[in-house]
Amino acid sequence: MGASSVPSHLRAPGRSPSRGGTQSRTIARGAGVVAFLGLVLLGVPALRNAYWELVLLTSAIYTIVALSLALLLGRVGMISLGQVALLAIGGWIALRLGFATSMPFLLVVLATGLITSVLGTLIGLPALRLSGLHLALITLMFAAAITLLLEATQFPNGGSGFLGHSVLTTAPSTLRRPGFASSDAAYYRLVVVVTALMFLLTIVHIRSRPGRAWAAIRQSEAAALAAGVNVTLYKLWALALASFMTGVAGGLLAASGGGLTVYQFPTQNSIILLAVTLMGGIVSLWGPVVAGLLFEALPALLRMWGLPSDLLTILFGIGVLQVQLTAAAGLASQVPKDLANLVRLASTLIRGRTGHQEHLG
Amino acid sequence: MIEISNLTVRFGGVTPIDGVSLTFPGGTCGLIGPNGAGKTTLFNVLSGFVSPASGSVLAFGDDLLAMPHYRRARWGLRRTFQTERAIEALSVFDNVAMVHEHTGGRRSRRRQEVLEAIELVGLEVSPDELVGTLGTRERRLVEIARAVVGEPRVVLLDEPAAGLPEEETEHLSHMIRRIPEERGALVILVEHDMSLVSACCELTSVLDFGHLIASGPTPEVLRNEHVRRAYLGTEEEL
Repeated sequence: MGASSVPSHLRAPGRSPSRGGTQSRTIARGAGVVAFLGLVLLGVPALRNAYWELVLLTSAIYTIVALSLALLLGRVGMISLGQVALLAIGGWIALRLGFATSMPFLLVVLATGLITSVLGTLIGLPALRLSGLHLALITLMFAAAITLLLEATQFPNGGSGFLGHSVLTTAPSTLRRPGFASSDAAYYRLVVVVTALMFLLTIVHIRSRPGRAWAAIRQSEAAALAAGVNVTLYKLWALALASFMTGVAGGLLAASGGGLTVYQFPTQNSIILLAVTLMGGIVSLWGPVVAGLLFEALPALLRMWGLPSDLLTILFGIGVLQVQLTAAAGLASQVPKDLANLVRLASTLIRGRTGHQEHLG
Repeated sequence: MIEISNLTVRFGGVTPIDGVSLTFPGGTCGLIGPNGAGKTTLFNVLSGFVSPASGSVLAFGDDLLAMPHYRRARWGLRRTFQTERAIEALSVFDNVAMVHEHTGGRRSRRRQEVLEAIELVGLEVSPDELVGTLGTRERRLVEIARAVVGEPRVVLLDEPAAGLPEEETEHLSHMIRRIPEERGALVILVEHDMSLVSACCELTSVLDFGHLIASGPTPEVLRNEHVRRAYLGTEEEL
């Protein structure tokens, strides 16, 4: 069959009549992303509110963790309740690398991501044959085991060397920041940039060979195998990528100020992170941003209003129920649709009233 | 050519395929039988989803059972499923392209070969269309396009007419006949629509309760009294 045998409607994929609409949507989306990045990069530090800067910095870090969870769950169909434990491992590795070496900060974060990636993949190996509830249980057990281990080893412990141990309660637990981002505002900007890079890394994957393989695996492993996809390899790839991003987040958290403590990584945080990731949405890339804000900024708001933080458990429970029942794509997809419907309804009402008045006039 | 020798599959106490020896010489071959006869299980053995208790499968001289399942697609074995499994989250183009890229198709020829496969199955939608937005007919055709893209050597079609109206039979039979003619692939067609089997297959084999009960030219097989009895419990003509 030669090129001439292909009918005209098939010759140029991507040049269908709807192409113009798709292009303008892409431009609008790009403009939205740039505006959002501009707002968080420049607008937040301009407020000069150290408390909210720290809250939003931590939100950005948890956005990366939610992104890794959304990648596993939404793109590959693998559930993980161990991401917060991996985050703790990332934090620990970054601190130990910081104590033991004089590597520049960015190299420490990169190395942390790579080491966590290897560890996360190794931990995920036995889970490859599991799915659904069984995989959720195994990863939850892993998270619980890590919490116990952190307590037993007095995490993060500031002894010298990579495996050094200190009995001092005042041992350091913070990673030194790079010179160019030593102030809170500069470090906040650095974290936002790294978060954006993690999104870019995810987008590159989703739009290329692994993304297509993951889409096939998520829908039907049998169909993926029949298409020649090495399912084990691509699942491991997803685990490695998700663990890398979580490790990077751990590295960023280690230098976020105040130091790391074992109390930051309780097992239930893995479940809450899953809840907010589901609420934000696991398919839309805005979902993890919403999840990061729900995870860190919402509790801060409650504290500011003097409301008990236990309220969150109820709120998230209701939120997950609502999302699963009425907006399976999550808030990131549903809210813009609801707003568009609201605008349409309002404009219809206004037009109706104007028409009625003209009729009366 | 596919040569199956003494193939037996056991699931606990059930034996869905029991000592079947069968040859598919080339072209389009029919594989029919009542529900539970072992047709899909045979496809699953060929695809590598089910390991047989005993027997051998030689495909164009290669030992198919010795290959890992995902490698079989790269070797040239393709299949569709009884319940279609086109990937909803991907566009029509990406659905077909992903098979091309995972089966060793050359990147420089990808666009051309993907479009040719879409044309072969007669899909008249934009390649950019998301599969999740398509109807049953189009999704079935996307799945078949996935099976014929690149250089397939064996194409297993599992009830391609299921869920489609009778008017589709003519289009399907025309399209299925084009696969061996234009791609040189051996097609094995599992189907309950006998008019489609008659229109496409020169040779047909019949399974019943895991046993081969007839094999030969399609018209003769469909007149075979064992086959009629297996299908209808009577000797009425199919």
